[in-house]
Amino acid sequence: MSEQAVLQGETGAAAPPRFEFPAETSELLRSCVHCGLCLGACPTYRENGDENDSPRGRLYLMKGLAYGKIEPAPAVQRHLDLCLDCRACETACPSGVHYGRILETTREYLNEAAPPPWHVKLLRKFVFEQLFARPVLLSTLTTLMRFQQTSGLRRFLHSVGVMKLLPPRLRLMEAMQPPLEEAPFRSNAPAVFPADGDAPRMKVALFSGCVMDLMLGEIHRATVKVLQAYGIEVHTVHAQHCCGALMFHAGEANTGRMLAKRNIEAFGGLGVDWIVNNSAGCGAVLKEYGEWLPGDERAHAFAKKNKDVSEILAGLEPVRPYKRISATVCYDAPCHLLHAQKISAQPVELIKRIPGVAWIELPDANFCCGAAGVYNLTQPAMSRAVLRRKVEAIRSTGAEIVLTGNPGCLLQIRQGCKEAGLSCEVLHPMELLARAL
Amino acid sequence: MDHEPQQPPMIPAVLRAELMAAVGPGNVKVAAEELHVYECDGLTIDTAVPGAVVFVHSTEQVVKVVKACAAAQQPFVARGAGTGLSGGAVALNNAVVIELARMNRILELDLENRVALVEPGVVNLRLSEACRSEGLHYAPDPSSQGSCTIGGNVAENSGGPHTLKLGVTVNHVLGLEVVLPDGRVVNLGGPLPGLPGYDLTGLFVGSEGTFGIATKVWVKLTPNPEAVKTLLAVFPSIDAASRAVSAIIARGIVPAALELIDQQVIRAVEEWLHLGFPTEAGAVLLIELDGLRDGLDLLAGRVMDACRSSDCLDVRAAKDDAERLLLWKARKQAFGAVGRLSPSYYVQDGVIPRSKLPEVLAKIQAAGRKHGLTTANVFHAGDGNLHPLILFDERKPEEVERALKCNDEVLAAVVEAGGMLSGEHGIGMEKLKFMPQVFSEDDLEGMRRVREAFDPNYLANPGKAIPARRCWEVKGHKPPEAEAAALPPMRKA
Ligand SMILES: Cc1cc2nc3c(=O)[nH]c(=O)nc-3n(C[C@H](O)[C@H](O)[C@H](O)COP(=O)(O)OP(=O)(O)OC[C@H]3O[C@@H](n4cnc5c(N)ncnc54)[C@H](O)[C@@H]3O)c2cc1C
Ligand code: SF4
Ligand code: SF4
Repeated sequence: MSEQAVLQGETGAAAPPRFEFPAETSELLRSCVHCGLCLGACPTYRENGDENDSPRGRLYLMKGLAYGKIEPAPAVQRHLDLCLDCRACETACPSGVHYGRILETTREYLNEAAPPPWHVKLLRKFVFEQLFARPVLLSTLTTLMRFQQTSGLRRFLHSVGVMKLLPPRLRLMEAMQPPLEEAPFRSNAPAVFPADGDAPRMKVALFSGCVMDLMLGEIHRATVKVLQAYGIEVHTVHAQHCCGALMFHAGEANTGRMLAKRNIEAFGGLGVDWIVNNSAGCGAVLKEYGEWLPGDERAHAFAKKNKDVSEILAGLEPVRPYKRISATVCYDAPCHLLHAQKISAQPVELIKRIPGVAWIELPDANFCCGAAGVYNLTQPAMSRAVLRRKVEAIRSTGAEIVLTGNPGCLLQIRQGCKEAGLSCEVLHPMELLARAL
Repeated sequence: MDHEPQQPPMIPAVLRAELMAAVGPGNVKVAAEELHVYECDGLTIDTAVPGAVVFVHSTEQVVKVVKACAAAQQPFVARGAGTGLSGGAVALNNAVVIELARMNRILELDLENRVALVEPGVVNLRLSEACRSEGLHYAPDPSSQGSCTIGGNVAENSGGPHTLKLGVTVNHVLGLEVVLPDGRVVNLGGPLPGLPGYDLTGLFVGSEGTFGIATKVWVKLTPNPEAVKTLLAVFPSIDAASRAVSAIIARGIVPAALELIDQQVIRAVEEWLHLGFPTEAGAVLLIELDGLRDGLDLLAGRVMDACRSSDCLDVRAAKDDAERLLLWKARKQAFGAVGRLSPSYYVQDGVIPRSKLPEVLAKIQAAGRKHGLTTANVFHAGDGNLHPLILFDERKPEEVERALKCNDEVLAAVVEAGGMLSGEHGIGMEKLKFMPQVFSEDDLEGMRRVREAFDPNYLANPGKAIPARRCWEVKGHKPPEAEAAALPPMRKA
């Protein structure tokens, strides 16, 4: 570990512990030459024009911490917290700066060097180490939410105005819940979904995750249907866990590593060709397990086995023809697909294959929508500002269907469009493909 | 409170309060850890922490902030995106940074007359994007165009690959609204070209923030060419590539752009984009031809001939728009890609007669070798505007020392060849000491007088662009006894 408590003084009294900036991060920081070519790509800098909230500025702050020029003061933390971790700056950067890794390891360092107040720590401990790490707890919570929604409790609470009493963040969270009439995926899924057609052309295991599995089961079912229609056999892995993305992004890497190990275990020895996911955020982290567990051979092997569903399908043809769908469609690239996994052409190519689809380019599709994991809850003001631009871009296309391949973005954009009075449908690309197959 | 400084304020409390009153407390930064990132621009060698950073949103706010600074005899510095490469936006002597990034509205887009009125914080590329569907663009295209601002372009008189044929910023700015260093607002020029009176617009463009703050800019928009052809020519050596440049120009061809990339930079770019550039090549030329579709192929043929006559190994045209854009991405982001070779670089900016290219490039390489440093080159060859890069590691003070020495020799080579210190990045604070080598004391005195007509008290970006006569000109504090000697302030523009 990077930290090093230093004891000082004759009396043996403990001086405030000092933590060393991680050497690996310090080394990675050297690749930034301060050219500023990333500024125009950063959503937060575009909003407020503050160098402290630009990629170059944040890297300079982190360099300042690494070289001991500045202290981890609250203002520094605030600017780093305001980063969406969307990694658009990585795509923009000609020098190949590994921004995401630098930020996440710096956050890990800051959690120890300048720990958050106790109540935040406690809440995070509960959320990260208990809720997401323990499927039983998460599914109980979802059941409660489902009850609240379907029992009429929600309508009742809304009608008597109780929701207005909630703090804005909770209200937003409440509003963004997907409708939970959908049944969860894994608990209802067979061990194997056979491929359509003759012999399967490949076998894959579906990474169905935590929240998405419980709340957005429909997207998984659509994904399975599409894979089957492409002649692919799909295996369900019941023992899998949350991918750990939220923890890694928040600098809680140890919890993330624990989850990673469990997933590596769960997906081991299945004899499948690929592990497929349909959530950009999860996919990006699954592919990074090797970096988070350096030295662990299995982690590297696991990371290489993961693919986004669009990567799997891109070069293939379905075993039965597409049906026609007449609609105007635009696509918003999830940051963790585009910037973290560098997947841009495949989803678009897949969507354009559907006969009848009129494709409209979404302006600034490479900019974040402001969802960014739990960012919309932790930084509601910036999240809303970023979302507003996204919704206006969508409005300018007039598209009937908006597609995006990440559950968080999907819920965020759906909510934004609804509030702005847009009548478009917001779907996962797999849902549209499933309709056409 | 969020905005309480950790350290004692670096500007007087009264001024701080006035700034906060002018723009709202949330738009004034005074905490040391937030000022840290404002200590430099695109050049990290020269640093100075500002006294405060003030975010402005309108001309009125700029006026209030400037007046408050003037009353307190506090120097101030305008800042756009901070991509400048000569330390222009560095806040010497605790200067207050006036950050214009939020004044980023396009106020008028007059497509019929092909002019636009923009606020200074508009990002260069965003302006071209805004009129793209109408077949127009804003011609000056610095390689930093995705980030840098029109205000910064005006202050530096920026160029770009395509300004070879179309001219640099000064050829595309028609008028300005300027807040003078005493807080008065003047209009220079306007939407129509050729207004009577002095060409003060032309004077202001390139003044590096020392004449006041541009708050509105009238710019010309340029029609997109009917057809474009981009050629990539590969050469065994820089020498051969330089000869090709002369050969092309000698044939009376003015390409839209003519850029040279040397081996070091080819390698950096190749590692990033995997374009299939030959990494063994000594240099490549990126040549763009544009104009009417008819005759363009003929022109391309003549350029290819010129290349072949200069020992080129291979020359071909980009096969489609996608490849063309990729080639330009490689060229325009080359400085950044150099980060793959070294943690820091020092970019120079000199203009030399084209005929001296081989000689000066050889001297640059020799200077690097002498100091044990790698040098790299990517530049606007068509107008002889060099951008030698000196690679070094900023964490090794001794290496920084060597880089600075190497830089001095590079600039000396430029001056010896009858060249100029800056093609487009400005003098800033970084090339100040070389000014007396290319200008006589009388020349410099003339420049100071012009400056004093705008800014008699040296409050606007002091210590930049022209070397000072007296120390107060750098500090931006005019002592009372200097009053008698000063020129009378400018009356009304
Ligand atoms: C990778 C890279 C590539 C580059 N390529 C080119 C190139 O091809 N051609 C080229 O010419 N330059 C180039 N530059 C240099 C730089 O981008 C330009 O000088 C640009 O115009 C600076 O704009 P800015 O908004 O970043 O200004 P800043 O760096 O913020 O400021 C530059 C100067 O302008 C002054 N200023 C800013 N706004 C105003 C205003 N509204 N009123 C008065 N003064 C103001 C500042 O005080 C400062 O002196 C490059 C830089 C980088 C990092
Ligand atoms: S992150 Fe990359 S693009 Fe941004 S300033 Fe650093 S080197 Fe330049
Ligand atoms: S990750 Fe996104 S928000 Fe953060 S600095 Fe990079 S571009 Fe900006």
